[in-house]
Amino acid sequence: MTANAVFSWLVVALAKSAVLLLVTLTVVAYLSWFERKLVAHIQSRLGPYRVGPHGLLQPLADGIKFLFKEDPTPAGVDRFVYFAAPFVSLGLAMSAIAVIPFGPPDAQIEVFGHRTGLAVANLNIGLPFLFAITALGVYGIALAGWASNNKYALMGGLRSAAQMVSYELALTLSVVGVLLQAGSFNLNEIVASQDGRWLGFVPRWFFFPQVVGFFCFFTAAIAETNRSPFDLPEAESELVAGFHTEYASFKFAMFFIAEYTSMVIVSCLATLLFFGGWQSPFPEGRWFAWTAYLPNLALLGGGVLLLLDGLRYHRRGKRIALALLGVILLGAAWLCLAPETNRILQGPFWFLAKLFFFLFVYVWIRGTLPRFRYDQLMSFGWKVLLPLSLANALGTSLLVVLRQP
Amino acid sequence: MPASWYLALSAILFGLGVVGFVFKRNIITIFMSIELMLNAVNLALVAFSRQLGELQGQVFVFFVIVVAAAEAAVGLAIILLIARNRQSLNVEDVDLLKL
Amino acid sequence: MTLDAVLFFVFGGIAVAAAVALILLRHPIHSALALIVVMAALAVLYLLQGAEFVAAVQIIVYAGAIMVLFVFVIMLLNAAREERTNLSRAARYLGVPVAVLLTAELAYLVWHASSANPSQAAGRTDVTRPLALMLFRDFVFPFELTSIVILIAILGALVLARKEP
Repeated sequence: MTANAVFSWLVVALAKSAVLLLVTLTVVAYLSWFERKLVAHIQSRLGPYRVGPHGLLQPLADGIKFLFKEDPTPAGVDRFVYFAAPFVSLGLAMSAIAVIPFGPPDAQIEVFGHRTGLAVANLNIGLPFLFAITALGVYGIALAGWASNNKYALMGGLRSAAQMVSYELALTLSVVGVLLQAGSFNLNEIVASQDGRWLGFVPRWFFFPQVVGFFCFFTAAIAETNRSPFDLPEAESELVAGFHTEYASFKFAMFFIAEYTSMVIVSCLATLLFFGGWQSPFPEGRWFAWTAYLPNLALLGGGVLLLLDGLRYHRRGKRIALALLGVILLGAAWLCLAPETNRILQGPFWFLAKLFFFLFVYVWIRGTLPRFRYDQLMSFGWKVLLPLSLANALGTSLLVVLRQP
Repeated sequence: MPASWYLALSAILFGLGVVGFVFKRNIITIFMSIELMLNAVNLALVAFSRQLGELQGQVFVFFVIVVAAAEAAVGLAIILLIARNRQSLNVEDVDLLKL
Repeated sequence: MTLDAVLFFVFGGIAVAAAVALILLRHPIHSALALIVVMAALAVLYLLQGAEFVAAVQIIVYAGAIMVLFVFVIMLLNAAREERTNLSRAARYLGVPVAVLLTAELAYLVWHASSANPSQAAGRTDVTRPLALMLFRDFVFPFELTSIVILIAILGALVLARKEP
C-alpha cells in the first residue's frame, strides 16, 4: 500500500472510531439513566426525576460528580497495577466496538471524500476477536481486586474472575451452532446468511433453529458481564463492593463505563448472531416499500409523545426542553424521508432497535430476579450451561451433516 | 518481511527465556520463562509455515498451545504443593529431597 | 519502509522489551503482565504473517486462560517481591556477556541460514477452512490424543491441589 493510501485509510478509520466512541459513551450514560428509571418503575417508585425533565440530566450530573470528587489512593497498593486496571477494562471494552457492523456493507457513507462501510473494521476473524476481548477482560477485574491491598477486594476480584472464566466456555460453545450454520467467522457474512424468509414473512434468523443456543448465550453473557442475577462478587450488600471497593471517583467511573459497554457489546453480538443484525423483521411491502418508512414512523411517534408530555409540565424550563426535543425528533423524521438518507438509515435503525430491546431485557432481568449465591452460580455454569451448550453444538453439527447432499 | 527476520526475533526471545530460567529465583517466574520459550518456538513455527506455504506449521502451533496449557495446569498444582510444604517460593529453598 | 516492516519492528520491539521486563522486574505479577504483553505482541506478528486463526487462539487460550491461571496462583500464594541481590562476580562478568553473545550468535546463524531460501508463499485470504480440514482429517489422531492429555492434566491438577480432608 502506498503511504498516501495508508494515510487516508488511517484518517477515515480514526474519524469513524471517534464518532463511534462518542456515540457509545452517550449510549452508556443514558443506559444508566434507563436502568435507574426502569428498575424504579418495576419497584413501584419513580427513580431520578428532578434533575432535568424526567431525570434526563442525571447522567450529566453523575459525570460532573465523578470528575470533581476526591480520588484517594489507598496506602500499600501496587501503584502501576492499581492505576492500570481500570484503563485495561475500559480500553478492551471500547476496542470491541470497532468490529461491529451497524449496517449492510453496501450502505456506504462519505467520510472526508472516501466511501466506507458502516463498521470500523471488517475482520475475517471478527467473532474470535470479540471472544479474545472478553477473555482479556478478566484481567481488569482480577488485577483491580489484587492491587487494592484489601482482603474483600481480593476475594471479590478472584471470585469475579473465576465466574467470568467459567461462563466464557459456555458463551463460546453456545455460538458454535450459529457458526456451523453460517459457515464463517466474519460478522458481515453471518448477518448476510440470515437473509430471506420462510413462508414469506418469518425471517430466517438463527434464533429460530438455535433457541437453546440463544438462551445459553444470553445467560452466559449476563454472567460474563457480572450483572444481576450473577453479580454476587460486586453486590453492595455482600462483599462491600467487590473488586472496585477501593476505587473512587474517576477510576470507578471507568469500571462502570466498562461494564455497561460490555453489556452493549454482548447485546450487539446477540442481535448480530441470532436476530439478523441490521435486517428488518418486516417483509417488503408488495406494491409500495412501506416498511422502509417504519423508522420515520417511529421517530414521528417519539417526537409527538415528547411534545405532548413536555406540554404537561408546569415548569417553564423543562417544558421548553422536552418540547424542543420532540420538535427535533419530528424534524429528523421529516429529514429521513429523502430516499438516500432513508436507505442508509434502514440498517442502523433496526440494529439499534434490536440492541435497545436486549438492553431492556438486561435491565428487566436485573429488576426482577434475585441474586445467585456463589456456589449456585458456579455449579449452574459448569453443570447445566456447559453441557447444554455442548449438546446444542453436537445436535446442530449432526443436523448439518445429515442435511448435506 | 522475509522469514529470517521472524526467526531471528524468535531466537532472541528464546535466549531471553533461557536467561530468565537460569537467573530468576522465584519458581513461578521460572515457569513463566518456560512459557516464553514455548512462545518463541511458536513464532518460529508460524514463520516456517509462511515461508513454505504449508499449514502444518500452524497445526503444530495448536498442539504446542494445548500441551502448554496442560503443562501449566499440572505445573502450577505442583508449585502450590511446594509452596504449602516449604512456605517459600524461592527455588534455593527446594534443594533437598528431605522435607 | 513498507507498512509490514514498520509493524514488524514496532511489535517485535514491544515483544523484546516486554521479555526483558519479564526478567528484570522483581514482582511475579509484573512479570506475568509482561508475559501477557509478549503474547499480545506475538499475536499481532502472527496476524502480520497471515495466520489469523492462530493469532485469535493465542489470545483466547494462551493469554486469556493460561495466563489467568498463572495470575490466580500468584495472587493466591501471595507471592512477594524478590529481594534485590547483586549477581555474583562470575555471573556478572562472565555469565551475562556469554548469554548475550550466545543469543546474538544464535540469531545471526538462524538469520543467515534461512536467508538462503527466501521463498515467500503468497498469503491466503481464508486460512480457517483449510486449517480446520487439515486438523480434523490428517491430524485427527493427535487431536484426540491432546484431548486425553488435557483430561489427564485436569485430573492431575485436581488430585495434586486438593486439600487433605
